Amino acid sequence: MSATKILHINTMAELMAKGEQAEILFWVGCAGSFDDRAKKITKAVAAILDQVGIRFAVLGTEESCTGDPAKRAGNEFLFQMQAMQNIQVMNMYEVKKIVTACPHCFNTLKNEYPGLGGDYEVVHHATLLQQLINEGRLRVADGGPFKGKRITFHDSCYLGRANGIYEAPRQLLEALDVELVEMKRSKTNGLCCGAGGAQMFKEAEKGTKEVNIERIEDALEVQPSVVAAACPFCMTMLSDGVKQKERENEIKVYDLAELIAQANGLID
Amino acid sequence: MLSPILFVIIAAAGIGLFARKVGKIRRNIFLGQPLQRSDRTAARWATMARVAMGQSKMVTRPVAGFFHILIYVGFVLINLEVLEIILDGVSGNHRLFKPLLGDFYYFLISFFEVLGVGVILACIVFLWRRNVQPLARFKGPELTGWPRLDANLILLIELVLMSALFGMNIAEANMPEQGGYLVSNLLAPLFGGMSPEALHLTERICWWLHIIGIFAFLNYLPYSKHFHIILAFPNTWYAQLEPAGQFSNMESVKKEVELMMDPNANPYAATDPEATPARFGAKDVMDLPWKSLLDAYSCTECGRCTSVCPANQTGKLLSPRKVMMDTRDRLEEVGKNIDKNGSFIDDGKALLGDYITAEEALACTTCNACVEACPVLINPVSILTELRRYQAMEASQVPSEWALMFGNIENNGAPWQFPAADRLGWADNLEVKTSNPSA
Repeated sequence: MSATKILHINTMAELMAKGEQAEILFWVGCAGSFDDRAKKITKAVAAILDQVGIRFAVLGTEESCTGDPAKRAGNEFLFQMQAMQNIQVMNMYEVKKIVTACPHCFNTLKNEYPGLGGDYEVVHHATLLQQLINEGRLRVADGGPFKGKRITFHDSCYLGRANGIYEAPRQLLEALDVELVEMKRSKTNGLCCGAGGAQMFKEAEKGTKEVNIERIEDALEVQPSVVAAACPFCMTMLSDGVKQKERENEIKVYDLAELIAQANGLID
Repeated sequence: MLSPILFVIIAAAGIGLFARKVGKIRRNIFLGQPLQRSDRTAARWATMARVAMGQSKMVTRPVAGFFHILIYVGFVLINLEVLEIILDGVSGNHRLFKPLLGDFYYFLISFFEVLGVGVILACIVFLWRRNVQPLARFKGPELTGWPRLDANLILLIELVLMSALFGMNIAEANMPEQGGYLVSNLLAPLFGGMSPEALHLTERICWWLHIIGIFAFLNYLPYSKHFHIILAFPNTWYAQLEPAGQFSNMESVKKEVELMMDPNANPYAATDPEATPARFGAKDVMDLPWKSLLDAYSCTECGRCTSVCPANQTGKLLSPRKVMMDTRDRLEEVGKNIDKNGSFIDDGKALLGDYITAEEALACTTCNACVEACPVLINPVSILTELRRYQAMEASQVPSEWALMFGNIENNGAPWQFPAADRLGWADNLEVKTSNPSA
């Protein structure tokens, strides 16, 4: 019963050559393009957008790092060079709306690009998926594989505190009919995974513990079968944490898009 | 007639000295770099009303929040009585408002007494929390010595001021035709056996102790963490209204990048020296935006920031509270340097290195937990970011992994070393299932 198909991903250049325009630009981001685990999230997002019939495209090889890690590390020159370059490309394609699965790209595109000439409507995939469910375009509730499972959600700092998005991810999980359990530190009080502020790209300073271990201990306390994330970097940190605690057989870390795509039978 | 003169001299000296010190602090704050924070005034008043006047962030920790509100409400309202005390002092009257307000006066003073009991209770609870209860955030390495003494002194001074107020009223409760206020009436037997002369003397001593105490307290404030009782208001008013994740785009960098990206620009054209900042990012306090310096003077060292910092909680050196205390200490040092020399003379020291180490600045994950936790909307992340900007753009001292990451972004448009041509690799033969419950 599980027929498969090959999904063709349009680039903005391809559409332009055909004289067509995309409804929305899917900003994949560096993690979503190159990190093997994050590529699965990218695939899930693409599969969902395709299923609901949203005409989307990617920039493909014309996409470049938003500059977020450079900016957080203090290299404002490099950030602005990246931003100007990306804005030139997006303005050329007359991009109006962007969806991304990375909260870091989301924050930078939404908040820091307008001051440099890049004004777009930017949404994180959690918000878009929740809107699609509310509009009835995306259905998930009928007997999805996660029904009744204990799932906890890890707030990404750049989605939560940085941009005040706490409810959309939780509403998605409620739509999946899961048993949503909150960690002792959640929402405004959520603990960082340890990757933000360009920490992903260097060793941590000397301390007594890694941040991702501290965080995964919060998650283990509530005994979930799934830890849900909404950020490719949180995904890396949390997955590593579960592995270091040798619990990867019982506890899975999934992105919200993967949960929705699985519930819709789009991916395994 | 002697006492009104004495009073006016004390009051003028108290207020004058305070104004002088506040003027210096204002000067120090504006040593910082310009930053536009006077737009959207309606939203700013609303933020100040909610966070500073409404104490909205205090109550996220209910015990501290409750007792803090007791002190806050008591402090603000009992100050109405100080107005009368000052007018009495100047005019040589006693309880000037009593004949004017009639019965309402008895209600008012009784109400202030009830608030006074609340303040005393809260001070005792806070002293206990700081000195007896093992509360981690009051035991940080930056909270020894003066900061620890400062916190205790403030609570003790508040206890003395309240006791003087009650001493005055209890003495009056034992005088004919005087007193009659709720709490002091109940406590009247404390001074029961005293002669009229002794009662009168006690009342006068308490009156003077209270008012001199207030002027002394006023002058202690600008040297203490307790200055937050004033600066909490402007600090919340000038707070960032944009989402916390939005970092400033440096205008100085923007100009240079535009020049680089513009094929028509003349690279040899003379740049406007006014437009180029002394340095990119911050090495010392004067390089920080003025709001960060206001933040530093507004900090009351409560440590909520540090108690939620992921770096601090996993044993790293970084403590957002220490960042704020270091910034204030260095700024005070720079201010004294200016007082002494007329203008700042290089003392061979800087905020980065002598106060905050590069290791501390590097440990921040920019998660904004400290910003979220601060009851008066202080932003330690923006200081740490400015230090990192200096390290990356002026000193070229970043960890080698970051240098590599910068190189990768420049060369192949990603923080990792993958060829840009492979960016769409994830979409090759992208197989998805077609069976789905929604169809």
